[in-house]
Amino acid sequence: MEFFLSALAWLVDPANYVAGSQSPLPISDRLMEHLSYTVICVLISALIALPLGFYIGHTGRGRQFVISFTGGARAMPTLGLLMALSVALGYVLSFTIVGFAAAFTALVILAIPSTLAGAYSGIESVDRITVDAARASGMSEWQILTRVEIPLAMPLIVGGIRASFLQVIATAVIASYIGLGGIGRIISSGIGLNDNDRILGGALLVTALALVVDAILALAQRLVRPRGVTPQRSRRVVAIEEPIYVSAESRGLRAGAGNSADEGKQ
Amino acid sequence: MSWTLDNLDLVIELTLNHMRLSVLPIVLSLVIAIPLAWVANRNSALRAVTITAGSLLYTIPSLPLFVILPYVLGTQFISETNIVVALLIYGVAMMVRSAADALASVDANTRQAATAMGYSAWSRFWTVELPLAGPVLLAGLRVVSVSTIALLSVGAIIGSRNLGYLFLNGRQRTNLEEILAGIVASVLIALLFDLILVVLGRMLMRWPEANRGRTTASRSLALATKADS
Repeated sequence: MEFFLSALAWLVDPANYVAGSQSPLPISDRLMEHLSYTVICVLISALIALPLGFYIGHTGRGRQFVISFTGGARAMPTLGLLMALSVALGYVLSFTIVGFAAAFTALVILAIPSTLAGAYSGIESVDRITVDAARASGMSEWQILTRVEIPLAMPLIVGGIRASFLQVIATAVIASYIGLGGIGRIISSGIGLNDNDRILGGALLVTALALVVDAILALAQRLVRPRGVTPQRSRRVVAIEEPIYVSAESRGLRAGAGNSADEGKQ
Repeated sequence: MSWTLDNLDLVIELTLNHMRLSVLPIVLSLVIAIPLAWVANRNSALRAVTITAGSLLYTIPSLPLFVILPYVLGTQFISETNIVVALLIYGVAMMVRSAADALASVDANTRQAATAMGYSAWSRFWTVELPLAGPVLLAGLRVVSVSTIALLSVGAIIGSRNLGYLFLNGRQRTNLEEILAGIVASVLIALLFDLILVVLGRMLMRWPEANRGRTTASRSLALATKADS
């Protein structure tokens, strides 16, 4: 217990927030770095994954690809991907930027499966009768996608993005080993110096960051549900509220589709 | 291929160790999640508490959890226990939700029929509810298995001897092949474990959802099961 109190005291000590301190301090800089890497990587991955997921969900083409891709991604060890990219990009990039480029590439790749699965399964979860009704009332395919399917799919889409955020926050910690900044720096310097306050303080800080981001996105998931769509109390729809990693698995199984929106824990 | 062939002993040693370290969390997560799921299905308040606790634990990033646990458990920093417990926490967190869904998926009529036939709550759970929850439990366990194996390699950062060692070592020596060998071995373990789980599932659950009536025996069993529910 005294370890935790000491780490918490270290975390709130103003001396560790003085601008221009030696790395890995100040804590605030590492926290902001971590948050900005996460946001940037999730945004880039969303630019790739959302259109692809919408396309596959709307047309039904490439369903099998999403299912095997998201399932296979779960088996990929993140540490291995990071290290492989850092060595492979080392052959083509200069030493100064290779760590950064490798870390960003890995984080973007790792954020894609959850977002893709969320977008795809969100669109697919929209009742086909609703889509047919939209088509019958004269909407174009584009209008069906943007005015019917995407709004109705929003909770699942945000759920996918939420899982991506957690994935990236966790992997960015490890990415400090190939030269990325962020909270991982605090932990790795603590391990190097055998400094309990840094190890535990950094670990608690990144855990707190993950919990706060997750809570905000959980709230967002509720807020994006279109007005008028009642949250039905059936288990199938309740599952939408939960993190996508398990719910999609069991929903898919129950629907006999076997699609899993989860890319697993890292 | 030359590095892999020259260091085959090391790769095999790390692969076996990787399998050894991941088996325990996978198996125990099922064993622990089932009673928790049973409790969660008693009423909605218990369910909310269990599922929320699971989601929160799952949210903790892996490396931080690996380094926090020694302080909580009082173990050595490089002890294998930390990693096994951390993976177990994630496994249970994932599994408890699938298990709760699995037990809830058993048809209420089936449950009532079993009660009417004179099953006690205890024997009904073991002989009726748990087997019928099997397919959903299996699906959950397969997810736990794959992510546990992938996640274990992060433990190499704090000194665990598993395939993650090849990732760290391969980067230090700028040896891409060493890293790729580790990734391939890790993915192969995941596939092997998944195959084992699927085969075990087919052997233990010889009814339509797991095995679509391959043999006459299982087909008639399937019919019998169907008639029962």
